[in-house]
Amino acid sequence: MTRPAVRSQVPLALGVPALLGLAFLVLPVVGLLVRAPWRTLPARLTEPAVVAALRLSLLTATLATLICLVLGVPLAWLLARVSFPGRRLVRAAVALPLVLPPVVGGVALLFALGRRGIVGGFLERAFGVSLPFTTAGVVVAEAFVAMPFLVIAVEGALRGSDVRFEEVAGTLGASKWTTFRRVTLPMVAPGVLAGTVLCWARAIGEFGATITFAGNFPGRTQTMPLAVYLALQTDPAAAVVLSVLLLVVSVLVLASLRERWTGVR
Amino acid sequence: MSGSPPRLAVVRKIRIGLVAALVVLAVVPTGCAARPNRPAASTGPVTGTVTVLAAASLTGAFTRIGKDFEAAHPGARVTFSFGGSSGLAQQITQGAPADVFAAASTTTMKQVSDAGLTPTGPVVFARNQLVIAVAKGDPKGVRGLADLARPGITVALCAPAVPCGDAARRALSAAGVRVVPVTQEEDVKAALTKVRLGEVDAALVYRTDVRDAGDAVTGVEFPESAQAVNDYPIAVLADAPNPAGASAFVDYVRSPAGQAVLSAAGFQPP
Repeated sequence: MTRPAVRSQVPLALGVPALLGLAFLVLPVVGLLVRAPWRTLPARLTEPAVVAALRLSLLTATLATLICLVLGVPLAWLLARVSFPGRRLVRAAVALPLVLPPVVGGVALLFALGRRGIVGGFLERAFGVSLPFTTAGVVVAEAFVAMPFLVIAVEGALRGSDVRFEEVAGTLGASKWTTFRRVTLPMVAPGVLAGTVLCWARAIGEFGATITFAGNFPGRTQTMPLAVYLALQTDPAAAVVLSVLLLVVSVLVLASLRERWTGVR
Repeated sequence: MSGSPPRLAVVRKIRIGLVAALVVLAVVPTGCAARPNRPAASTGPVTGTVTVLAAASLTGAFTRIGKDFEAAHPGARVTFSFGGSSGLAQQITQGAPADVFAAASTTTMKQVSDAGLTPTGPVVFARNQLVIAVAKGDPKGVRGLADLARPGITVALCAPAVPCGDAARRALSAAGVRVVPVTQEEDVKAALTKVRLGEVDAALVYRTDVRDAGDAVTGVEFPESAQAVNDYPIAVLADAPNPAGASAFVDYVRSPAGQAVLSAAGFQPP
């Protein structure tokens, strides 16, 4: 019985912009779905080029997310649990790729890890390893752009969790590492999961840093977003197909995220 | 654009957005001042903004021509959007507001013409040939196309869809050389940038791009490039917001003054 009352309380000044905002967000997706060549979709989705791009995207986004987990969770722990001078500066640095245009990130990666970069030059001379134009380069670009999502989510979860459990574990003789593994991590698991999903979604959508740092070669560095962009120039229908595929992946991610969030509440 | 960061898709998109905004700003307040009786001719005073979408390889020459054009027509302003020809063609067929399109190949221009967007028909105003761009002084000793297939030489080519990629394909097949590039760049300037940054050893780009880059790279000529000469067509677009300005610009490009700039940049006459 309260529902209609609540609805009638929405003032026009808020309701109209809210509806416009919703339409603004939904309309492009509708446009994409309307233009999709549904009849030829199954055949187009199994084209080798599409399969290769999707395979590469899934592989690189997953590898990038793993790297983010291995490096990002400890970084989040450091930011949440250890107070050290310059912590605010470190936190700002961690969030930088979040606000940095991805293309700028790609340029920065080139000058750091490219063949003539400050680290990349050394890597090539010492080990003959060159990252640009390789699948590993794509993973690096994606991890660079996606890591802040994970770190920020996990740090938030850590700050929200009760430190006393960790202290108790300490008094019972657990080492810091054991405490982290057996007490802290299970406590913030939902936050880690949410951060992981966000991180993966950001990685799979990565375009700017990837095309700048890793170039574009089908099967090796041409991920889905790159394939969409290049297909648009020659075969718009193919671009729509690829876009719909990416949309489906995104929706699945969003659905799993919601499930997780509502599931733990 | 020499010394600038790589020309990138996103940067270009932003620029196109800006151009579109500028066009709107320029057209909206002066909309009623459009000369309804005057035919699209270059005789009268040319005013307003002329928006030109041009192949990436025209960046240097057209920037110069734009300045000369503005000097010759006070009151006119030329804004450029440079990019891969096929990307620009796609934008035009999708309704991007622009006055003039200059492409790096007739096939790309045909996409726009086939959509009925070049009422007066495109005309070829220049020709261009490929060279091999290598690091300054050619440290890897690249002498011809065959060297690009050597192990240990990393090569950037243009994507097959853009004119320079198509020309590269023709040249390589004329030479009977099979090259596996490490990357297929979205336009010719992006391929050249990879050489300038030292990320690849060689790239197939236009002679004009190497000249535009000055001392940064060295160009290696090869005989097979004669089999892959690109014609550059230019056309006034159907829905040009500034048709008078558009045809004046096209005329200027084809005038002796415009041709002199193009030839200084390394283009051949049509």
